[in-house]
Amino acid sequence: MNPHVHALPEATLPRSFRLLRILVGAGVVMMLWRFLAGLGATTALNDGYPWGLWIAFDVVTGTALACGGYAIAILVYVLNKGAYHPLVRPALVTSALGYTLAGLAIVLDVGRYWNLYKVLYVWRWNPNSVLLEVALCIMAYVVVLWIELSPAFLERWRQSASRALRWISQKGDPILQRALIWIIALGILLPTMHQSSLGSLLLIATHKLHPLWHTPLLPLLFLISCIAMGYAVVVFESALSSHLFHRRVEKRMLASLSSVMVGVLLVYLIARFADVVVRGQLAAAFRFDGYSLLFLVEVALFLAPALMLLSRRARSRSGSLFRAAMLMMLAGAWYRFDVYLIAFNPGRGWIYFPSVPELVISMSIVALEILGYVAIVRRFPILGGLTAATVER
Amino acid sequence: MTMNRRALLKGLGAVGVATATGARPVTARSRRPVAEDAVGMLYDATRCIGCKTCMVACRRANHLPYEKPGHPWDDPVDLSGRTKTVIQRYRGREGQSYMKRQCLHCLDPACVSVCMIGAMHKSEGGIVAYDPDRCIGCRYCQVACPFDVPRFQWDSPTPKIVKCEMCRHLLARGRRPACCEVCPTGAVQFGKRKALLAEAKRRIARHPDRYVPKVYGESDAGGTQVLYLSSVPFEKLGLPHLGTEPIPRLSETVQHGIYKGFIVPAALYVLIGAAVRRHHRQRSVDGRKEET
Ligand code: SF4
Ligand code: SF4
Repeated sequence: MNPHVHALPEATLPRSFRLLRILVGAGVVMMLWRFLAGLGATTALNDGYPWGLWIAFDVVTGTALACGGYAIAILVYVLNKGAYHPLVRPALVTSALGYTLAGLAIVLDVGRYWNLYKVLYVWRWNPNSVLLEVALCIMAYVVVLWIELSPAFLERWRQSASRALRWISQKGDPILQRALIWIIALGILLPTMHQSSLGSLLLIATHKLHPLWHTPLLPLLFLISCIAMGYAVVVFESALSSHLFHRRVEKRMLASLSSVMVGVLLVYLIARFADVVVRGQLAAAFRFDGYSLLFLVEVALFLAPALMLLSRRARSRSGSLFRAAMLMMLAGAWYRFDVYLIAFNPGRGWIYFPSVPELVISMSIVALEILGYVAIVRRFPILGGLTAATVER
Repeated sequence: MTMNRRALLKGLGAVGVATATGARPVTARSRRPVAEDAVGMLYDATRCIGCKTCMVACRRANHLPYEKPGHPWDDPVDLSGRTKTVIQRYRGREGQSYMKRQCLHCLDPACVSVCMIGAMHKSEGGIVAYDPDRCIGCRYCQVACPFDVPRFQWDSPTPKIVKCEMCRHLLARGRRPACCEVCPTGAVQFGKRKALLAEAKRRIARHPDRYVPKVYGESDAGGTQVLYLSSVPFEKLGLPHLGTEPIPRLSETVQHGIYKGFIVPAALYVLIGAAVRRHHRQRSVDGRKEET
């Protein structure tokens, strides 16, 4: 498909990767413990805060950070900006891994995981349940992501020593080519649906979620911010690849991408502010109590990268671009933590702070994601052709 | 070509916004009528003497273990994965009162609205029942319930949700809920909701000095089938001001605004598909230009 795309078998990994492997090991032990002893023994969850770190971070924030594939697909296919094509595959890898591991987090979190398959019982579907829609969409999207990514595997397997893999590659390719348009379209539709619905999930908490956050616009705000986070992750990930694999950053492309990010951020901020004003919560926003400060920091985190990237000069410097991307990821994560945990108050004196096993498992999932990314990028043609050896033109 | 493109983008934008906000002309979902056969309970806090016989009977009838296993006596202070009802005491400036906590069996329950495949469901007589066979343990019902009623068996590796089901297993055998059977003062009574509501209003009319002039549950959170009478303000007893809107109203209005008949998502899908197709066509025509 793309002649400039290479696998990178020769890359060497820094020592710190051993730490990641240790983390994954520790995580697996904790996961076993969770299944044997139950959620009470391993988590700080309680009847007031039935959803904790795994939902707020691994599922809700994790899938938003895995929106790189979605955000780039909007740019390339919907807005027809073919120039961004080289960013598609690396973004898809982060998305596929992110969503798959969010799936793992869901299995860990639900109490009766052996009943999970029953969400496929169409005749029992409760159309009022936002969670049902989220669950089905995420399941479907994991499959879609790996299919979208499969051309990279097939390309590689074409030259494989194994005859079976060569056969799969030969047979699979034409089928894939024919279906790909509709798969790609699904890859844009599904995240639009479930990322907004991840916001709708908390609409039911009418009296538990603080009014600065509880708004009918929850789905819209979640949708816009996940797109911003998606672009930020693409920037972050290409900086990381350039560091790990000694590659030149696709500077010009990232600079123009960052002007798109500014637009998305501004739309988000306008929607957020307009909503607070219209619902008469402006006074609450500037009361300077805990919730107000939480809100102001959150808004500042969204505003800062937008301001940083306003100037063209800043956009072309990879350092400030990288910093802005980090801020943007933090902003989106902050917003999600506010909605799901910090501004969520069930009353009656409930408190929640994640336990050690919860933290270790969450970190191990991130570690697994990084290791998975590196493993896939090393073996399959994912990254664009800007290696040190083959500098374009 | 450009015209086409603009039209396409516009369509996408419009559908996208509609998808995200439910901004189509949506009529808020209507209130459900109260079923004629709706059963209920009436708890009159002024008649309760705090003997906790109901708690013991509930434990027996539902085969629930002691709150602290291995303890020689039972002392639950709150609802939990082992306790479906609890008597709490309030003492303060407004006087003193007992309070029986349990599921209120909402007319339009949030827990039922959010449950994916109907583990929480309205069953006969409007009782909000739980079917562990359909429960995934997602705990969304706990997030949704405004009274913090559903509890989770945190200490079990095969946990269930625990909450009052109005002893529907006893009702099926022609009996009453265990707590209502044993209450020595008639503080908690079982009956048809309609009759209980009339009785509650009669009591307030007869002793206006004794009661807060309101039957909690008549229309709170859209109405509940368990009704409360009290001499101290209800919010002191843990029954918050929730307004008269059913809790699921907003989320269901937004969700159905977006997904009604799946028309918006389907339209969005077709439009995105068209956009992707156009992109592919263009790319194969001037492929070289794209690469730079
Ligand atoms: S009180 Fe809570 S658990 Fe009981 S029916 Fe209402 S929403 Fe459901
Ligand atoms: S925990 Fe069970 S009963 Fe509660 S919402 Fe989830 S599936 Fe339904």
